[in-house]
Amino acid sequence: MSRDAILSRIRRSLGVAATDIDRRATVSDRLMRPPRGLIPKRGQLPPAERTRLFAMMAERVNCTVARVADAEAIPEAVADYLRGRNLPAALRRGADPRLAALPWDGQPQLAVSVGPSDGQDMVGLSHAFAGVAETGTLVLVSGEDNPTTLNFLPEYHIVVVRAEEIEGDTETVWDRLRRVYGKGVMPRTVNMVTGPSRSGDIEQTILLGAHGPRSLHILVVGGQD
Amino acid sequence: MQLTSPAFKDNAAHALHDPNLQKALGHVEKGFIDKRKAAADRLPEFEALRDRARDIKNHTLAHIDLYLEAYERKVIASGGHVHWAETAEEARAIVLDICRRLDARTVTKGKTMIAEEIGLNDYLEEHGVRPVETDLGEYIIQIRNEGPSHIIAPAVHVTKEQVEADFRRVHTHLATDRDLTEPTTLLGEARAVLRREFLTADVGITGANFLVAETGTSIIVTNEGNGDLTQTLPKAHIVLASIEKITPTLDDVAQILRVLARSATGQDMSCYTTFSTGPRRPEDPDGPGEYHVVILDNGRSAMLGTEFQDMLRCIRCGACMNHCPVYHSVGGHAYGWVYPGPMGSVLTPSLVGVDKAGHLPNASTFCGRCESVCPMRIPLPKMMRHWREREFERHLNPAAARWGLGLWAFFARRPKLYRLATGVAANLLGWLGRRAGGRFATMPMAGGWTKYRDLPAPEGRTFHDLWAERLARQAAKAAKSPAPASAAKGH
Ligand code: SF4
Repeated sequence: MSRDAILSRIRRSLGVAATDIDRRATVSDRLMRPPRGLIPKRGQLPPAERTRLFAMMAERVNCTVARVADAEAIPEAVADYLRGRNLPAALRRGADPRLAALPWDGQPQLAVSVGPSDGQDMVGLSHAFAGVAETGTLVLVSGEDNPTTLNFLPEYHIVVVRAEEIEGDTETVWDRLRRVYGKGVMPRTVNMVTGPSRSGDIEQTILLGAHGPRSLHILVVGGQD
Repeated sequence: MQLTSPAFKDNAAHALHDPNLQKALGHVEKGFIDKRKAAADRLPEFEALRDRARDIKNHTLAHIDLYLEAYERKVIASGGHVHWAETAEEARAIVLDICRRLDARTVTKGKTMIAEEIGLNDYLEEHGVRPVETDLGEYIIQIRNEGPSHIIAPAVHVTKEQVEADFRRVHTHLATDRDLTEPTTLLGEARAVLRREFLTADVGITGANFLVAETGTSIIVTNEGNGDLTQTLPKAHIVLASIEKITPTLDDVAQILRVLARSATGQDMSCYTTFSTGPRRPEDPDGPGEYHVVILDNGRSAMLGTEFQDMLRCIRCGACMNHCPVYHSVGGHAYGWVYPGPMGSVLTPSLVGVDKAGHLPNASTFCGRCESVCPMRIPLPKMMRHWREREFERHLNPAAARWGLGLWAFFARRPKLYRLATGVAANLLGWLGRRAGGRFATMPMAGGWTKYRDLPAPEGRTFHDLWAERLARQAAKAAKSPAPASAAKGH
């Protein structure tokens, strides 16, 4: 079997035995208790500054960022954004209860549909699992609440992130992911998204809007000082 | 990809006289070097993170068998399948089997160097499965019938005028009077053409930047979003990864990610870093129904425990070629296989044999820039020297070439490359001088790298002839090559 041939060739090359107990202990220990690496100082800030850094880093990678005082204000902020861009008043979102509970009826002109995207939607709305201030990155997880197709097929992607869920660094997000999903368990897909899609493949000129969204708009909820 | 590494010298001579290539190569220096430096300078911990990244991979390689086993258990637990392939042939057969079982006609592909390494596209096509590259650069080289010339910018050797000509040749269903003079319109056209392919493909194939033992996750790092559409929309997602992509934990990945994009494109993070674990879950409204990982060895396990083990730390960022004066002059195709530049000069002989790729370790100036920017601190020049020593010991070369003099003579006969290569010769002969008791130590070779592009390049008739021949050949080939199916669809 190729599997065993490869593994035994590796062990021969390394000069180790499959039965070596110390090696096994080293490996299972690292997997059970992942050692923390070096965390850059950049994101290690008190909450208000962290949120500001997140917004600044996201804008640097061509996101637009708006802040709203609380979740109730999201439908209006979304409608404003669509109007400002001359986009049709329609969007598609997942079943996320945090989005479902919002006062959408305050925006009667806005057509909100629910479910994954089949490629026909101009605008997708998602709720992020977390944000990473260090790089202005959104972390989104797959599932019924926020289908992965909404992150990639619509031309415009609007993402809601709660200020208190913006962490300084990725490692802190992993801690939360392990708490929520269980140790060593992941949702089918975790997307770290840092800016709208782009390509530099033609003469190294960076252009926005390759295969994913051309625009990424972030709504940061709460945390205002 | 056809192996032409044995003809490196001829390839290089051709490359130096290809005006399109020379124009395109200007973008490598312009596009990558300053951006990497700015990104590294913005992060005070960057150098310390390089040390961490190196240490993580060293630890991983020392326990790679156990981490692979742990990874496999996790993939299976999450409902995925792991396939092990010792060779390229085995890997191709595994992929074809999956495609056949699913009755797949079309597979979309995210950028994967492993697919290039195993020659997957040609194989699938021969067996009735149509591969469609979806990364813009890969798509361009697919319709041009070429291999990649750079590991992260596969079409860096192509000018936008050439892309326009290729799109007009292949996208014949579109209005002939459309304006394609700007990169934005070219990108828009590719987006529209490929969107249809994404939505109708049966299987999606991606590579992996990391496999995570802690969770059984594969990770792709991209900017376009093509990899995500490739893996999310079809019935099955196949991941192609070589053994050294294994990384212990999510924390370890976070460390290495901090040096990856900065070294590659000068971004703090690429747009999309995507973690995939198993197939879609019962409650998921989207995602692939099947998830397969093909773990490829293809010669790598034999590098462990040797002086080439450090090469397995490579995360394929491309920084070494972006900073390589030889790469800047001759481009990636001259190296004759999938992996160009300094990392290719070390890896290619390991994977295809030093008898076929023995010239590559000589294609170096030993200026050390590759090592100085390699995020994984791989001692590339030292390993190229190891290869040369091995080659010497194996007596593969005529006497002169053993000491690199064959190559020196090659450069010396070619004025343009010679000027570029004064540094090559100086370093090379310095090294030889030490090795050979100082005999060449006083050879008068001066001059740096920075000015060579401004120097007038006297061109001998021989090269004009070569060049004319090459253009004629290319024209004949382009006229013959059929419009690829990826664009012919939906007429
Ligand atoms: S050898 Fe180093 S610089 Fe070159 S691609 Fe690999 S990691 Fe990047």
